[in-house]
Amino acid sequence: MSVLVYAERSEAGWHRMAREALAAGQDLARQLGCPAMAVVAGHGIGEAASDLAKQQFDRVWALDHELLADFTADGYTAALEALVKHISPDWVVFGHTYQARDFAAKLATRFGSSLVSDVVRVRIEDGSPVFVRQLFQGKLHADVRAAGKGPHFVSMQAGVYRPEQVMEGSAPVETLPLELADGVVRTRPQEPFREAENAVDLTSAGVIVSVGRGIKEKDHLPMAEELAKLLGGELAASRPVCDNGWLPMDRQIGSSGQTVSPKLYLAVGISGAIQHLVGMKGSKTIVAINRDPDAPIFEVAHYGIAGDLFQVLPALIEELKKRSS
Amino acid sequence: MKILVAVKQVPARDSALKADPSGAWILDTDLAYEVNEPDAYALEESLQLKEKYGGEVVVLTAGPESAARAIREALAKGADRGIHVETDDLHGLDSLATGSLLAKVVLEEKPDLVLTGLQSDDLGYGQTGVVLAELLGWPHGTIIMEVEKTDTGIRVKRELEDGWFQHIDMPLPAVLAIQSGIRRLRYATLMGIKKAKTKEVKQVKAADLEPSAASSLKLERVYAPEASGQCEMLPGDPKEAAASLVEKLRFEVRLL
Repeated sequence: MSVLVYAERSEAGWHRMAREALAAGQDLARQLGCPAMAVVAGHGIGEAASDLAKQQFDRVWALDHELLADFTADGYTAALEALVKHISPDWVVFGHTYQARDFAAKLATRFGSSLVSDVVRVRIEDGSPVFVRQLFQGKLHADVRAAGKGPHFVSMQAGVYRPEQVMEGSAPVETLPLELADGVVRTRPQEPFREAENAVDLTSAGVIVSVGRGIKEKDHLPMAEELAKLLGGELAASRPVCDNGWLPMDRQIGSSGQTVSPKLYLAVGISGAIQHLVGMKGSKTIVAINRDPDAPIFEVAHYGIAGDLFQVLPALIEELKKRSS
Repeated sequence: MKILVAVKQVPARDSALKADPSGAWILDTDLAYEVNEPDAYALEESLQLKEKYGGEVVVLTAGPESAARAIREALAKGADRGIHVETDDLHGLDSLATGSLLAKVVLEEKPDLVLTGLQSDDLGYGQTGVVLAELLGWPHGTIIMEVEKTDTGIRVKRELEDGWFQHIDMPLPAVLAIQSGIRRLRYATLMGIKKAKTKEVKQVKAADLEPSAASSLKLERVYAPEASGQCEMLPGDPKEAAASLVEKLRFEVRLL
């Protein structure tokens, strides 16, 4: 038995979740009592491979090819497929990043397997892993097992492991010779770009009042804005609010927006889907106002008010005005 | 351009959900259902692509009899016809098994483009489009914010992390997983609802499709997450709760 973990690179070196994935892979291997290997893919990645070799792995695999210079699902699937066939791991571990979402399931399909995506916890029962996943945007959880002989594929949600949990050590590096046919990569990715620099940098705000779907319509935003002002903070939102065009996209918190950790994060009418939580759960104090007392947002909150925001917000505004006058 | 859009019906967002005591799934009697939100955006993009380039939009769903409503809604918004793969056990299928079902229909329909939402609000595996593309042997794009036709196929705008984007060119046929927010959603008009009644909906039994793959993942138990207990719930009516929150912010958080 063995575990293979995929170390994702980014323009600036390692993807911020790479070390979390490495820690997850090491931990799974430790719990199963089997060897752990890591793999990095790209073109001209000698340095990345040697860097990876400073962690505790039984082997580091380098997949180096000119067709892997830019990420494509086609190219990276073909490269990983070759390695998985070569070393037959039982478990292949990814971080649940945008890149993994683009190719890990494709790779799994190629082996007649399904990706256990976005896992929040792993435990071993009767010698094999049970994965905990969120259903219904975190309202319920499910235990999932992978049947059949594998290889099995897993992606771990952000924050399940901490980067500093990676165990250091040393590993031999091996490069797998790759033969990738010319037609393998069918897509042509262009240079990444930014629409416009974020007009607002929410990362430096000390207080953030963030609104979600519960605000119901654009006309209700001034109330949240007033609250933000009274608290000396910025107004932000979860994705659906920005999707509706009620607030500009650069005020969005979450996996597709900004990641913040203010002193106070006040979540108003936000249920707490994981895509939002990853962008704010590092906040020092989290206050949640939501009419559903079972909403997942209360799981990360420090203080909660289960109630109608259209009553709570005016009361809160009045109370704050009273204090300041 | 012939477009097939795959949509799924899921419990309405504000549903109070309880796990079945057996842990097999949720208690689903008396639940209200709606079209999975990311799929609604995939439908919207399909309709706008048809309006721009001409062609046909075929809406495909898999699910129990009640899922027919998702098709009717899509037809009312402007889709041309529907295909309903009937199965009562969709939640028991993993992405590979669902993808295998859908692949059979796609192979028969031979569209230029398959669109679907990037994930479902119920199981949330977020991979049906990717799996489908692989089973079909087609290229794909995920987390797509724009689609435009080119001389050689399509150019899509893919969302990357931290506010970055990327254009990707690919040949057709292809599968795209559409990101929420790609367009403003339309409402069905009265005329549309009327017209929908005359549009064709084909029913297919899932078993008759003889999908190539069964599920390799087993949903062993569905349950309410254990409360961490770290959250201090502030009691009382809104006024009292607001007052005690301000107290907490002053004396415990030391913010005010």
